[in-house]
Amino acid sequence: MNQHDAIQAVLARHGNDGTRLMQILRETQEALGWLAPETLTAIARGVNWPRAKVEGTASFYSFFHTRPLGLYRVLWSDNITDRMLGSVELMQAMCQKLWLEPGRVSEDGLVSVDATSCTGMCDQGPAVLVNYRAVTRMTPERVDRMVELIRSRTPLADWPQDWFRVEDNVRRSDILLGNDMVPGDALRACLARGTESTLNEVKAAQLRGRGGAGFTTGLKWEACRNAPGKTRYVVCNADEGEPGTFKDRVLLTRQPDLVFEGMTVAAYAIGASKGYVYLRGEYRYLLESLNSALARRREAGLLGKNILGRSGANGGFDFDIEVHLGAGAYVCGEESALIESLEGKRGVPRNRPPYPVTHGFLDQPTVVNNVETFAAAALIALRGGDWYKSFGTPRSAGTKLLSVSGDCERPGIYEYPFGVTVQQVLEECGAGVGTGDTQAVQISGPSGITLGPDEFGRRIAFEDIPTAGAFMIFDLRRDIFDVVRNFIHFFAHESCGFCTPCRVGTTLLKNLVDKIAGGHGTRSDLNEIHNINRVLQAAAHCGLGHTAGNPLAHTLEKFRPAYERRLKSLEFEPAFDLDAALSQARQMTGRDDAGAHLANELETPR
Amino acid sequence: MNAPLPRRKLRVATTSLAGCFGCHMSFLDIDERLLDLLELVEFDRSPLTDIKHCGTRGPCDIGIIEGGVCNAENVHVLQEFRRNCKILVALGACAVNGGLPAQRNHLDLRDILATVYQTEAGLAQGTQIPNDPELPLPLNQVHPIHEVVKVDYFLPGCPPPADAIWKFLTDLIAGRTPQLGHGLIHYD
Repeated sequence: MNQHDAIQAVLARHGNDGTRLMQILRETQEALGWLAPETLTAIARGVNWPRAKVEGTASFYSFFHTRPLGLYRVLWSDNITDRMLGSVELMQAMCQKLWLEPGRVSEDGLVSVDATSCTGMCDQGPAVLVNYRAVTRMTPERVDRMVELIRSRTPLADWPQDWFRVEDNVRRSDILLGNDMVPGDALRACLARGTESTLNEVKAAQLRGRGGAGFTTGLKWEACRNAPGKTRYVVCNADEGEPGTFKDRVLLTRQPDLVFEGMTVAAYAIGASKGYVYLRGEYRYLLESLNSALARRREAGLLGKNILGRSGANGGFDFDIEVHLGAGAYVCGEESALIESLEGKRGVPRNRPPYPVTHGFLDQPTVVNNVETFAAAALIALRGGDWYKSFGTPRSAGTKLLSVSGDCERPGIYEYPFGVTVQQVLEECGAGVGTGDTQAVQISGPSGITLGPDEFGRRIAFEDIPTAGAFMIFDLRRDIFDVVRNFIHFFAHESCGFCTPCRVGTTLLKNLVDKIAGGHGTRSDLNEIHNINRVLQAAAHCGLGHTAGNPLAHTLEKFRPAYERRLKSLEFEPAFDLDAALSQARQMTGRDDAGAHLANELETPR
Repeated sequence: MNAPLPRRKLRVATTSLAGCFGCHMSFLDIDERLLDLLELVEFDRSPLTDIKHCGTRGPCDIGIIEGGVCNAENVHVLQEFRRNCKILVALGACAVNGGLPAQRNHLDLRDILATVYQTEAGLAQGTQIPNDPELPLPLNQVHPIHEVVKVDYFLPGCPPPADAIWKFLTDLIAGRTPQLGHGLIHYD
């Protein structure tokens, strides 16, 4: 098939619909290798959008490429947990063996190697994506072998299949992971109960959103149902981008039916007929299995027209689900940015209000919930709100999945009723065994909270520490400053660039932390970090900017010596070497007298 | 001014580094208010006094810097101000951001020197890159002053209007955190 036909085939598959641009771009790129200027022109013409708008989307996402790529693209997950398992050294070794600079395509157009934000394999790192397929547990031996396979241009299909094995690592199950629900049972219970009373069960359960913010799910569904609109949508947020989180990957691997059933329950309660799963691009490998689960459900009458054989006139409903694949943008985890992306646009958060429940996908009332929220909703539909509320704490009903990674013997997924202490989690995952004591736990990812040992008695619950699920452990071998530096580099990279406080502020924070890392830091730089963080919290457009300074603020409070021991004792130091700043002029004039040099420290008074 | 007067006159030093003296001209545009100002302050090192070094007559309260840092002498002067002034103010676009001189930052200094003194057409016979030790060497890049020393306040504008400078200084002298209202902050 030539290029033109390939593009037209993709366009036809998506009905030349611009709101499906993300999938059009991805499938075109999978067919042609990259998105050439003439490819974008053809797509723009095909969907009848301005070319600039199409290029705007194509250039926004890390996984879309508007410049030629190597035949093989290796992306190393750059979360701190990957680094702790040696990813930086392994990536260096790979680059050396391939005679490559990170980020550059090799001269022969064969391969490029680069770093990418956390790929959600923290319990089995160091992880890489090879042509967007996840490879886990990298070792020096695997690097050697991979370099050989790339040099010999071996197709990915012929690579050792166990490299692509992704473990679930479920270490503790409770009502969610341990459920034995037969697909369809929750829906049968709903249809017997009616829409009003289904909604009431979810409200009675006091289920709160599992994405971290904890909004009451029943109220969200009710607001959406009552909002005026031509149609309604159910969107499952599986853009699990927070570094250190991987529970949604496991849920979608082990319990896709439970998640889809929860979405269908929501559709029934609010009157929606179409649903989307926004799956992060890093989980591309799950697409086929999710699509076959959806096909199974259609065959079983659990999706599609007249679900469970009941027609609309007879109290039944129609609903179908489609998986939408993201393309590597952390900010799309924010629900309004996610909806923009779902509509084929750049993932820039919208002004809120109006909220998605009234003006969401295609401006229609839309429920956006986390994967885990829908899974819990399915259980509630089956077993009732009172049953669900009997687990957890008064203001945090039910259980929570924790993605445990870092310095412990048994990283993986732990499901606990809300109210569990940090200490209990640490004990059960084998933290600090044989490697020294745990000095810090980062909960809910870089945007969450850093806890020191005196706080390990605190509880995971909306009353105390709310979390989206990440639980990263650092023992005494780790330097907390390195952890924070990794986090702030992440935010500076993932800032969407729409608002100035975040675009500039995250980079200023990164530069300050790098300055301290380079041994040029002073106390005034620590103050400046606080000042910039205040601006971010007050003026940024969305939660990314509001929380980007959290790891710095928390660790400056709780781990201040990690910074102080890197500082120069001066009031202020330039971030660069003053004497070296005269090097070019010295070279060109041939001077080497006293006046041709600068002292790097503030001169003593005459 | 309603605020209580300070017990003694404050010492103020000013200088222009890689600037065009436009900010100093704007400062003089406060016109007859300069006389009111002289009731409150005493000038130390400044183009207005021709005192060559600050700090020789005791510590200064306020140092005002126009222009960015483009050569070794700028570094020495700026460090002298920082050492001797309790409060250091970046006055105008070049001090705040590097301004016009920083437009050379996207060129390599070696290429600039070679072009200007060696390869440009029309150079006199025997022209070479000046290397007299009396001349300060240019830095590889032009820096805003806050990249070289700690700066306490920033007053943007090219130049900042006289009214902004007046408001800023009277606030500072009265002990208030300077607040420039609508119309006084310019970035052009």
